[in-house]
Amino acid sequence: MPNPDATVGLPRDGVVSIPVEVMAPVGTKVRKQPSRRNLELVLLIFAWAVGVLGTLQIGWANGVEPNSQLWITAGVVGALALVMHAVVRWKARYADPFLLPVATLLTILGLVMIYRLDVAATERAVLNESPAPTPDVYSQLTWFTVAVILFVSVLFLLRDHRILQRYTYTFGFAGLVLLVLPLAPIIGTTVNGATLWVRLGGFSFQPAELAKILLTIFFAGYLVEKRDSLALVRTKFLGIGFPRLKDLGPIIVAWLVSLGVLIFQRDLGTSLLFFGLFVSMLYIATQRRSWLILGGLMFIIGAVLAYFAFGHVRLRVTVWLDPWTYANDDGYQIVQSLFGLANGGILGAGLGQGFPNLVPFANTDFIVAALGEELGVTGLIAMLLLYAILIERGLRAAVSVRDSFGQLLAAGLSITLALQVFVIIGGVTRLIPLTGLTTPFLSYGGSSLIANWIIIALLLRISDRARRPEVTMPSPDEAVTQVVRRV
Amino acid sequence: MSRPIRRIAFVLGILLVALLVNVTVIQVVLAGDYRDRPGNQRVLLEEYDRERGPILVGSNPAARSKETGDTLKFLRVYSDGPLYAPVTGFYSLVYGATGLERTENRILTGSSSLFVVDRAEQLFAGRQPVGGAVTTTINARAQKAAFDGLRGKKGAVVAIEPSTGRILASVQSPSFDPNILSSHDPATIREYYTTLEADPGKPLLNRPIVSLNPPGSTFKIVTAAAALASGRFTPDTVIPGPRTYDLPDSTKKIRNWNGQSCGPGDLVTLRQALAVSCNTAFAWLGNQLGADALRTQADLMGFDQNFEIPLRAATSRFPENPDDPQTAMSAIGQFDVRATALQMAMVGAAVANSGKTMNPYLVQEVRGPDLAILQTTTPSMYEQAMTSINAAQLTEMLVNVVENGTGSNARIPGIRVAGKTGTAQTGNDNPAVAWFVAFAPAQSAQVAVAVVVEDAGAAEVSGNQLAAPIARAVIEAVLR
Repeated sequence: MPNPDATVGLPRDGVVSIPVEVMAPVGTKVRKQPSRRNLELVLLIFAWAVGVLGTLQIGWANGVEPNSQLWITAGVVGALALVMHAVVRWKARYADPFLLPVATLLTILGLVMIYRLDVAATERAVLNESPAPTPDVYSQLTWFTVAVILFVSVLFLLRDHRILQRYTYTFGFAGLVLLVLPLAPIIGTTVNGATLWVRLGGFSFQPAELAKILLTIFFAGYLVEKRDSLALVRTKFLGIGFPRLKDLGPIIVAWLVSLGVLIFQRDLGTSLLFFGLFVSMLYIATQRRSWLILGGLMFIIGAVLAYFAFGHVRLRVTVWLDPWTYANDDGYQIVQSLFGLANGGILGAGLGQGFPNLVPFANTDFIVAALGEELGVTGLIAMLLLYAILIERGLRAAVSVRDSFGQLLAAGLSITLALQVFVIIGGVTRLIPLTGLTTPFLSYGGSSLIANWIIIALLLRISDRARRPEVTMPSPDEAVTQVVRRV
Repeated sequence: MSRPIRRIAFVLGILLVALLVNVTVIQVVLAGDYRDRPGNQRVLLEEYDRERGPILVGSNPAARSKETGDTLKFLRVYSDGPLYAPVTGFYSLVYGATGLERTENRILTGSSSLFVVDRAEQLFAGRQPVGGAVTTTINARAQKAAFDGLRGKKGAVVAIEPSTGRILASVQSPSFDPNILSSHDPATIREYYTTLEADPGKPLLNRPIVSLNPPGSTFKIVTAAAALASGRFTPDTVIPGPRTYDLPDSTKKIRNWNGQSCGPGDLVTLRQALAVSCNTAFAWLGNQLGADALRTQADLMGFDQNFEIPLRAATSRFPENPDDPQTAMSAIGQFDVRATALQMAMVGAAVANSGKTMNPYLVQEVRGPDLAILQTTTPSMYEQAMTSINAAQLTEMLVNVVENGTGSNARIPGIRVAGKTGTAQTGNDNPAVAWFVAFAPAQSAQVAVAVVVEDAGAAEVSGNQLAAPIARAVIEAVLR
C-alpha cells in the first residue's frame, strides 16, 4: 500500500518559500486518499481482545471465575471503542488510523491493571478480614465513558481545528485560571503534599490536566501571531542570534508561572511539563535555536533555585541519587518500584502473579512499575513503543497539516504527551528524579483520562484535515496569520 | 515548520531510547542485584505465596504448608517437629532452610524440571506453581522408638534397611522444634535460634549424620571383617588375648575393659574375642593385618567418603598414616578413627546384606502436586565390602555377641539379633561414648541400626546398658 501521507505531505527538506495552501492546486481533486478506517477497526478489535484475555488471565491466576460483571465491562469497553470508531468514520473520515486504536489499547491496559490491583486489594482485605475496598476499575470505566462523550463532542462540535484559533486568549485565560484553581480557598485540596486537586460537590479533579490542553491551544495561537517578532534576531552571541530583550516577555512569564506552580502547588511535574512545552513550541514557531538555549538556561536556573530554596525538591533529588538509604521512608516508593521491575525481569511475573500492590499508588503514579512487574521488560518496551507510535502519529499530523496553527497545536499536544510520559516513566524507573504526574491513559484518574482523550480527538481532527484529499478554501482567520516564509 | 518538528521528534526519540535502555538495565542487568537486596520482600513473598509441597513419612506429612490469614500466605507446619527435625530441617524467614527443606527445595516449590509439564500448564493458566511432595524412607514406628529411647540422653540413632540403603530412622537428642523457626514472626525466630545456639547439647547439629565420634569396640566389626578377608583367620582361629597388650615400639599397654584375660591360657578364638569384646586380641589382630588392610575394609563400608542422602553427611575417617601402636588403637576404634551413627549403621547393614554396602538414601519418591509419582529412588550398591561367605560367618559371630556375649540387652525372644557394643573415650577427661550396632533378623535382616549415646560414663557395659535397649526397640518397631 502506498504511503498515504506521501501525496499530501510536505517536501522532506521543508525548504519551501510559499504558503502551504498554495501548494495544493485549488479546486482540483488530488489522488484518491484511502481512509484506512477498516485498518483502524481491526486494530481496535485487537486492542479489545488483548484486554479481555488479560482480564481472563488475572481471573485464572487468582481463582476468580469469569462472571457476568466481567463480560458486561468488556462489552461496555467494546461498545465505547466502536462508538468512537463510528464517530471518526463519520466526522473525521481521513484521520490517522493508528491514533484511536493505540490510545484505546493503552486505556484498556490501564483498565486491566487497575482491575488487577483491585483483585490484589480485595485479596488483602479478605486476609485482614477488613471490608472489601471499592473497586477502582468501575469508576475508571465511568471516567472512560465520560472521556468518550467528550471525545465524541469534540469531533462533532469542532468541525475544523482552526476555529480554536479565534479564542486564543480566552483559552489562555481559562488555562491560567484552571492552573491556579487548586490554590483557591474551600475548593482547593492538598493531596500527598501537592496542591493540585479541586473538590466540588462529590467530585474532585486535577485542573492542570485540562489546563495543559487549553494552554497548548493558547501557545499555538499566540505563537502563530507573534512568531515573526519573536524570530527577529538582534544580538549575536557566540555565532548564535539571540532575541531582543523586549521579546523575552512571554518566556519569562511562562517561566514565572512554572515556578509559581512549583512553589505554591509543589507540583514539580506540571511545572516541568509547562515550561518544556512552551520552550519547544517557541522553538518550533520561530525556528530559533536561541530560544532553546535561553529556555535551557532558565530551566537550569529555575532548577538550581528550586533545589536550594525548597526542601521537597531537594528531597526528591537526594532520594533519586541514593534511594537505598531511604528505602524505608522517603525512598520507599521508588525502591519498591525498582524491586517490582526487577521481579518482572524479561518476561514478567505474569498478569495477576506479581506483587504490584506492594508499591504505594500502584494504580496512579506507579502503574508503570506494576505493568513492568507483571509484563516484564518485554511488556514495558511494547508499551513505550505504543506511546512512541502515538506521539509519532501526532507529530506526523503536525508536519502534514497545512496551516501553521494546526501544525503548532498538533506538535504541542504530541509534545505534552511525550514529556509527560518521559517525566513520569523516567521518574518511576529512576532515570530522573521522581515527580508526580499521571501516566497518560494508563493511570487511574478521571481528569487525566479525559484530558488525554480530548488530545486524541484534537489530533484526529487535525490529522483528518491534513490527510483529507479535497482542498478546502482557507479559513479567513488563517489569512491573517500566514506569512511567506520557510516552513 | 516541519524542520524544527523533526528536530524535536529526534530529541524525543533520544528520550525514548533513554527510557528503553533504562528499563532494560533495571529489569535485565540489575534485576538479580535488586532481587538480592535486603528489604526486598518479593522473593520471600513469592516463595511463601505458593503452596509448598509436603514432606511425607509414609502417607502422613511430617511437614506441610497451611494457609494463613497473613501477608505470607502459607505457614510451614511440622506435625511432630522435634521427632523429624533431623530429617525435615526447618524453613525459616530469617535463617533460610535446612534438611530436606533445603535439599529438596526445588521439588517442594515446584520449580524442579520434573514438573515441566505442570509448569507449562500453570503458565498457560497463569497459575502459581504448586509444590511437589517428597516421600521419605523413614519408618514412623522406628523413628518414634528411637526418639523415645533417646529421651533425656544426648545422642543419635540411624536405622537402615540393609538390602536397599533406605534410611528408616534418623533421630537426635536433644532436638528442636522447627515449627518455631518456621513461624512468621522474626523476633520469635531469632530468640529461639539464639537459645538453641547457646544450648551445650547443640540441638541444631544434625547429629545422626554429622556428629563424629570414635566408634570404639563397634569398629571391631570392621577389624573382624578385615581379618576374615585376609584369609589368614576364621572365626575359630585361636589368637592371643592376654590381660594387657604391649603396644609395639612403645611403653604403653592396651588393657581389656574388665582387666581380665580373654580366655584360658591367654588364648581365645576370634569368635570369642568378639563376643567378649577383647581389646588385646583385636589390637594384636590390627597389627597383624596392618593399617592398609583395615583402611581398605573400612573404606569399602563407607569410611572416607562423602555421602549425600541428599543431606550432606560428615565424612567418617580412618587415620591416614598410623604407626604400629596407632594401628593397634585404631583396630579397636580408638585413636583417630571417627564415625557418624549413619556410618556405623552402614557397617552393620553391609554385613547383614551379604557384604554389600548400599548407598544410603532418605528420599523414597518425588510426587507431583497431583500426587502422581514422578521419580523413585532406585537402590544402588556402593561397594562389595565382604564376600557373602565371610559376611555370613561374621553375622554368626555377631549373633553370638548378643546371645552369649556383651550385647545381652539386645536380645529379642524368637528373633536372632546380631550386634556389637562399644564404648569409646573421646579424650582424657571427656565422658565416654556408648555405642550399639545391630541388625535383625540375622539371616535376612530387615533393619540395621546404630545407636550412639554421648556422655555415657566410662564402663564398657554402657554400650549394652544404654545403647542396646534403644537398638532393640528400633528393631522391634521395624519387625513388628
